[in-house]
Amino acid sequence: MTSVLDSLNTGLQQALAEDERVVLLGEDILDPYGGAFKVTRGLSSAFPGRVLTTPISEAGIVGLAAGMAMRGLRPVVEIMFGDFITLTADQVINHATKFRWMYNDQVRVPMVIRTPMGGRRGYGPTHSQSLEKLFLGVPGLRVLAPTHFGDPGALLKEAILKSDDPLLFVENKLLYLHPIQQDGSMLDFDLSEIKISSSHSPAYRLRLKGAPPPNLTIAAYGHMAELTRQAAQRLAYEHEIFAEIIVPTQLAPFAIEPILESVRHTRRLLSAEEGTFTLGWGAELLALISATLGSNLLAAGRVAAHDLPVPASGPLEDSVLPNAEEIVQAGIKLIRKS
Amino acid sequence: MLKDLYRNLYRIRRFEETVLDNFPKGVFYGTTHTYLGQEADAVGVLQHIQNGDIVFSNHRCHGHFLAYGGDPHALFAELMGRKSGVCGGRGGSQHLQWHNFYSNGVQGGILPVATGMALAEKQKASGAVVVTFLGDGTLGEGVVYEALNLASLWHLPILYVLENNRMAQTTPIDQAVAGDICTRFSAFGIPAHELDSSDVLEILPIAAELLSEIRTQVSPRALILHTYRFGPHSKGDDTRDPAEIGYFRKYRDPVKILAARLQTDECQSIESEVNAEIYQAFQQASNDPFPEKLGAWHTAIPRSSQELANGQPIFSSE
Repeated sequence: MTSVLDSLNTGLQQALAEDERVVLLGEDILDPYGGAFKVTRGLSSAFPGRVLTTPISEAGIVGLAAGMAMRGLRPVVEIMFGDFITLTADQVINHATKFRWMYNDQVRVPMVIRTPMGGRRGYGPTHSQSLEKLFLGVPGLRVLAPTHFGDPGALLKEAILKSDDPLLFVENKLLYLHPIQQDGSMLDFDLSEIKISSSHSPAYRLRLKGAPPPNLTIAAYGHMAELTRQAAQRLAYEHEIFAEIIVPTQLAPFAIEPILESVRHTRRLLSAEEGTFTLGWGAELLALISATLGSNLLAAGRVAAHDLPVPASGPLEDSVLPNAEEIVQAGIKLIRKS
Repeated sequence: MLKDLYRNLYRIRRFEETVLDNFPKGVFYGTTHTYLGQEADAVGVLQHIQNGDIVFSNHRCHGHFLAYGGDPHALFAELMGRKSGVCGGRGGSQHLQWHNFYSNGVQGGILPVATGMALAEKQKASGAVVVTFLGDGTLGEGVVYEALNLASLWHLPILYVLENNRMAQTTPIDQAVAGDICTRFSAFGIPAHELDSSDVLEILPIAAELLSEIRTQVSPRALILHTYRFGPHSKGDDTRDPAEIGYFRKYRDPVKILAARLQTDECQSIESEVNAEIYQAFQQASNDPFPEKLGAWHTAIPRSSQELANGQPIFSSE
């Protein structure tokens, strides 16, 4: 079975093979180590001179990538832990994403920054965060978050070869070892891809096989999509609440339509994210949906991490990060109050 | 040759004086950072660039842009927010892009981007070199040192031109920069040359030599030019002793220094031609139209969610 890790590795390998403008940069990405999470393993051997190991200089290498991109290459930067993305903020916000627009559309900056986010491995406060929300809404920045639903490697390859703008590709540490799920590969769920546009990556819809029409929509991305799948199973079998799950792979710019379409029918929306609660993705999602549906929206809620650092100790970490049980409880609450 | 150099120096001088003279009239947007007094740096260094070479400048970019060959009319128009501006009025004074010229207004972060351009040109084996300008104040930014380390590690074809005008906005260098400037570069294995001069004829040969070394050896170099700005950091923010400014205006004026080598009538004829050129560029820009509208964000940025939130559904699924 193909894991998310294998799929991403294949995506990188194919991008390097198909376009000689593709160059990878990152810390410790050379063989035999192949990157802290092994996403780049084998690539430096297969493409010598195009996979560059770098000093510990996150801002420096993201800046380099922006310069390379403006001069016609298609650089891909690995930031070893998503937590370190803050070091690149000036490069992303004041440089890479500014150039195309402030230079009056006279340049292109096709670059991808890949980084793993997420906790549940006991890495503690500075190696477990989901910081992507800080980068949502940066004009000119596309943010993708693949899951094990669909084809994350193909998504990465397309981001590298087709996107003309800076793109943040948010991977999740726990998903790396999950097997890829495509339609027909899951016992209990039907999986369908919702195409959005050529410049906006797709969303996925999961429905429990043979279930009655859903009366709850749960929107989740990254590893929370997997926890949501588990929660939806329990909601159905234990509480007879039937949820439809929408999993976007693009978080910014964000097309609300697939979620909106689902909520038009279910009239209830729950969002689930691993980042901190306040001013997160779910807040934007609920605002957009309620502004569009008005009183047709019966109930809405959010599941997210506590507004706290992520602790290292297992039991403490479990209590800070959202889990499937919280999604189940939040789902029950939404149904009861509407 | 001397006359061309004089024309280039004087064009920057006249342009910047026109900017400062007209700012109070409200014809420009935002702010500006003039290059008065530093003209010999840009002219001396950029005299040697070749087709394909890249220049990456900073907030104080007008002189670099004009020395690169940029059009004074397009620059005035950019400062005035006109459609005919270098970047259609989107960038303003600090954010220019034209041919292989780029500038940005955030200090420090420019260096890795310029260094990445050098990496790209090396990967492409284009033979082009990058010239990037920074100031003494920018030495306070940590990312500068990340860029220097990478440029040296990877033998990138880039010239770092540090213009030390001794003042970061209103903070004198002795309150902002500890230690030595040259050794900041040489510590990374980047040969650094230092020159305390406002004479374009002194800057020219050393810049030529460094650029030639960069081309043949494909490795970075640094040029530290000790200079002085005659104008304020931007417009009204000058806290320096007028006597100090007076001293430098008297003894370190690159325009005067070169003028002394030319006949008076040669200077006068160049000056009157440039005065007319700059006057005309200013007038033309003043009469240019503003951009009609903001224009749609490029295609990667769908606006649908915002439109939806305003109650305007634009998507329907089957």
